[in-house]
Amino acid sequence: MSTSTSERGRIRPVRVVQPIVAVLAAVVLLGVPFWIVVMTAAKDQASALRPDLRVPQEWHLLDNFATVITDGRMLAALGGSLLVMVPSVLGVLILGSMAAWILGRRSSRWLAVVYALAISGIVLPPAVVTIVLLLRQLGLAGTAVGMIGVYMGMYLSTVIFFVTGFVRTIPVELEEAARVDGASPVRVFAKIILPLLMPVLATATILICLYIWNDVFYALFVVGGRLDTLPLNLFQVASAGLYLQNWHLIFAYIILMSLPLLITFMIAQRKIISGITSGAVK
Amino acid sequence: MTATLDRPRDATRALVTRSFATDRRARKDHPLWFLVPALVVLVVFFFIPTLFNFIYAFTNWSSFKTEIDFIGAGNFVDLFSSGALLTRLWITIVYAVLVAVFQNLFGLILALLLERDTRVNRAVRVAFFIPVIMSALAVGYVFQALLKPDGALNGILGFLLGREVDIAWLGSTTWTIVVVALIHAWKWMGLSMLIYLAGLKTISDDVVEAARLDGAGWWTTLRTIRFPLLAPAVTFNVATALLGSMNGFDIVQATTAGGPGGTTELVNIFIFRTFGQGLFAQATTMSLVLFLMVMILAFPVIRILRKREDVL
Repeated sequence: MSTSTSERGRIRPVRVVQPIVAVLAAVVLLGVPFWIVVMTAAKDQASALRPDLRVPQEWHLLDNFATVITDGRMLAALGGSLLVMVPSVLGVLILGSMAAWILGRRSSRWLAVVYALAISGIVLPPAVVTIVLLLRQLGLAGTAVGMIGVYMGMYLSTVIFFVTGFVRTIPVELEEAARVDGASPVRVFAKIILPLLMPVLATATILICLYIWNDVFYALFVVGGRLDTLPLNLFQVASAGLYLQNWHLIFAYIILMSLPLLITFMIAQRKIISGITSGAVK
Repeated sequence: MTATLDRPRDATRALVTRSFATDRRARKDHPLWFLVPALVVLVVFFFIPTLFNFIYAFTNWSSFKTEIDFIGAGNFVDLFSSGALLTRLWITIVYAVLVAVFQNLFGLILALLLERDTRVNRAVRVAFFIPVIMSALAVGYVFQALLKPDGALNGILGFLLGREVDIAWLGSTTWTIVVVALIHAWKWMGLSMLIYLAGLKTISDDVVEAARLDGAGWWTTLRTIRFPLLAPAVTFNVATALLGSMNGFDIVQATTAGGPGGTTELVNIFIFRTFGQGLFAQATTMSLVLFLMVMILAFPVIRILRKREDVL
């Protein structure tokens, strides 16, 4: 933008070179890896042994998708992914907003400590080994409920951090009006605060869905071998015998697994991008 | 409260919250029990396991025994004297620093390249964000295939150079850590790019224009004016890249699984491996060490984040 204002009147070579460089960068840095994924996913086993840039002689993309879905138990894994992701996200959004409302509105030395502890999870790594021990003691080892609890414990901090900052920008007078009419705190929160939090909750939803949908590390410890999620399943089939060197199946799996997030992103990219970057820097 | 209405927002906020604390009605209007569900979840699933870290790191908890006994600092002594602890810590720090450098360098270059709001640039920006939403594990497998000695990258290089190339990108005990850090940076550079783009947008055109009228070129303007003004974006990007990669697992596990010769074995990969072998106490000890390392490094980071909390 600034380049244009200072150089009125003559076409700068930058204007011609820049789009070429931009597209070239995308082709080399992104095009090559993505090309290999799609081409290899469309090959048969023999020609996929050495994943390369060649276009498949016969297209087996749909066959490979079918193989992965049936033999790779992908639908069960999809169910598992949704089973842990949806309650975790809803849980952190609701519990996080409730806590953030109080933390954003009231202040005392004690609450400042609570707030610092509550957001410490943004940076501190979860104690992944002893979580397993605790879940065993609670009888939740290997269960979806245990996994949901672990994810909620991990990402509540993010929600509380984002939402507390946002709550403070909402004028208290909006609550006052309802309170004068005799609304209870629950009502004020549900009818006034929660709708106003929607923009920040949308951003938090995107971030947390991204983390949970793609998480394999914590899932390996908590539900590994008991409950399948998409990344867990990918990890198991890719490291175990079935898919060893079966690059066409691994890549077919990767494409299918990435599609839901990819489609969501393509539809809502403008909102997602502005949500993630909004105010990250000022 | 209403008396403060016409003050600037930031000043008002401080006053409003303070007057609220003393206001008895505040307690009724914003009851503390709203905090309880979130705190219960945090305590049970975050703080208690963390506390357990400090206890079970001093026991002989393993899958081979039913009893768990205290053995003092035995695990630390073992891991320390075998070199396992310091080696993994060092590898993790090297990895984190490399990732932070590469990710920010690539992110910044991309942001500068795609700064103008043209249709091509917008499309390319979206493309560079795709790796961010992909699973890190999937990214790891893609690059494993790409970087095999008989893989596509060597094929392309061989084609360009006109001779056979068979570099073992993931087989060097010295350089593979750099390669995996580059992959990690590749996956996340789109996010850094977006943050830098947002940062560049906040710099007023007048400042840049003034510098240009004084005869400063593109590079001088960038170095002396725009880059210093990007400081918040740099802080945010460096902090998230450092913390994210210290907690890294997926990409390295999918590409090298810690090899060759353990030279890319991050703390989390060590934890996963020893846990799988049933050496739970050892894994816990390492988990505690990672926790302490991140905590020491995170205190300055939390301070920065708290300063920016109203912005985020």
